[in-house]
Amino acid sequence: MAGIIHRLAFERPIFELEARLEKLESSADSVVDAHDEIRRLRVELSRLKRKIYSELKPWETVQVARHPDRPMTTDYLELAFEEFVELHGDKAFSDDRAIRTGFAKLDQYKVMVIGHQKGKTLKERNACYFGCAHPEGYRKALSKMKLAAKYRIPVICLIDTPGAYPGIGAEERGQAQMIANNLFEMSRLPTPIICVVIGEGGSGGALGIGVGDRVAILEHAYYSVISPEGCAGILWKSGAYAEKAAEALKLTSKDLYRLGVVDDVIEEPLGGAHRDPHLMASRLKMYLLQQLRQLVDRPTDALLEARYQKFRAMGVFLEGGVPDGQPGETTTNDAAVTPSSDARR
Amino acid sequence: MVSHKSHAPTKPKRGVPEGLWKRCPGCQATIFRKEAEKRLGVCPECDYHWYVSARQRVEQLLDEGTFEEWDAQLEPTDPLGFADRKPYHERLKSEQSRTGLREAAVTGTGMIRARRVAFGVTDSAFIMGSMGSVVGEKLTRLIERATEQNLPLIIISGSGGGARMHEGILSLMQMAKVSAALARYDKAGGLFISVLTNPTMGGVAASFASLGDVVFAEPKALIGFAGPRTIKATIRIELPKGFQTSEFLLEHGFIDRIVRRSDLKSEIARTIDYCGK
Repeated sequence: MAGIIHRLAFERPIFELEARLEKLESSADSVVDAHDEIRRLRVELSRLKRKIYSELKPWETVQVARHPDRPMTTDYLELAFEEFVELHGDKAFSDDRAIRTGFAKLDQYKVMVIGHQKGKTLKERNACYFGCAHPEGYRKALSKMKLAAKYRIPVICLIDTPGAYPGIGAEERGQAQMIANNLFEMSRLPTPIICVVIGEGGSGGALGIGVGDRVAILEHAYYSVISPEGCAGILWKSGAYAEKAAEALKLTSKDLYRLGVVDDVIEEPLGGAHRDPHLMASRLKMYLLQQLRQLVDRPTDALLEARYQKFRAMGVFLEGGVPDGQPGETTTNDAAVTPSSDARR
Repeated sequence: MVSHKSHAPTKPKRGVPEGLWKRCPGCQATIFRKEAEKRLGVCPECDYHWYVSARQRVEQLLDEGTFEEWDAQLEPTDPLGFADRKPYHERLKSEQSRTGLREAAVTGTGMIRARRVAFGVTDSAFIMGSMGSVVGEKLTRLIERATEQNLPLIIISGSGGGARMHEGILSLMQMAKVSAALARYDKAGGLFISVLTNPTMGGVAASFASLGDVVFAEPKALIGFAGPRTIKATIRIELPKGFQTSEFLLEHGFIDRIVRRSDLKSEIARTIDYCGK
């Protein structure tokens, strides 16, 4: 996608093998028996990718989620949706470029897409504060969601932010208030909402467009109460402990599914979404279509009741020291998770 | 999520009996403790509103003997097996013995000038008053009961910690859970008075604390989304004086009234009366 190839440290064996393979392939004409070797290397390469990516440590997952070539909202709009009619502005302050909003078509469905955008070029990244939205971004998102709800157009939220922007202007214009408003209104928005964490699910900035009937996550994305660096800075008193914090926070798709916070994990192409954005987009599209089919005809009352109960069940605690069988209230850590996603549907 | 220096009483001077005098965090003056307590924990010199515990809040705001606690049996656990420099389960134990609280929130019902209310308070001494599963659950149950019993709802926030890191994503989800309960309470016509005290930050500010039908703040409280240190580290310029205080929020239009602690009870009662609750 970009001119430069970004390499993550743990991907080094993959790149080395790819280089060897490439060299061999380019000289294959002159070397007769290279074909077997090429075939062997190809098998080895996909085995290696599978191995490395199936054993990613939480901190490595964070790096994949932040990969500069990782597909963003605008990529999915291009690859998975037929059309995107951007609707700008919050009608109060400005048009936050860190959140894109507009009508889109997904096969036969008309939808409203709300998505964080980090930006591709340096210029675009600066314009959208690297995906960190200001209060006007959250206000814009809510006004477009309300527009969608008026005509019962389903809302699709694509989450990809390091967090809401921490700055003077953001505080002056009510960052906390705008995120709170979104949680409040999204919980009762009378139209289906499907949220997918496509990269970084950074804290309140992610949750601000993250309340829905379905919450899914891409396999190597993460979703966390705070960035590993921020957590390390506060609890370990040094950002250098980010790797430890990433482990402690249980922020990977596997952990989130186990904790009952996400309903579904969408599998990524071998070696991560950035290695095959087309395949990733088609899987995302398939998932969205599948969920839309389930949700569009559901009566609004039933939809909102299920949405309420879904979030109502989240949390783990003890009640009088004994498990009382209520959802989400158990004693042991292993069993201490909210009901499975199937039960919540 | 937001780090913030605690306003626990500073050590008294050498030679002074423990607890007789207190140094005011606002003006650094040494204040006779009894005098400050008589003024509900407000410095007689500079009007700085000191930290008061959840129990003291109950005493200060509810009519004597009317408080009936709800869900006191709820206790935190360690769903992630979280450990930073200290395991979370140990931290919980030491916070519990230090504060005498099971968790950072106390909820229940009582009377304010003979008006029955649903009442909740978060105590910033317990892991910065941060919201984990128990705080989220207690507040949600409080709101649901206020909805069922048609009671006005008062929540006093003192949470420098926002969403509690030690319970990870589950803490973040409490923001959605409590806000959803408030949306139902709103639909049922409830009156929610949110009182912001020092400090109210992060995920608490970005959920229930900001969702009051009427929002009060005590003077000079630190209120905001991102912590001042985080902002400073991001933008690398000095923050303006008075940034993220109650007065700053009032000026920018995010709170209805700044209310001194001594007036809080009567202001709450008056608002309930205006709304016919």
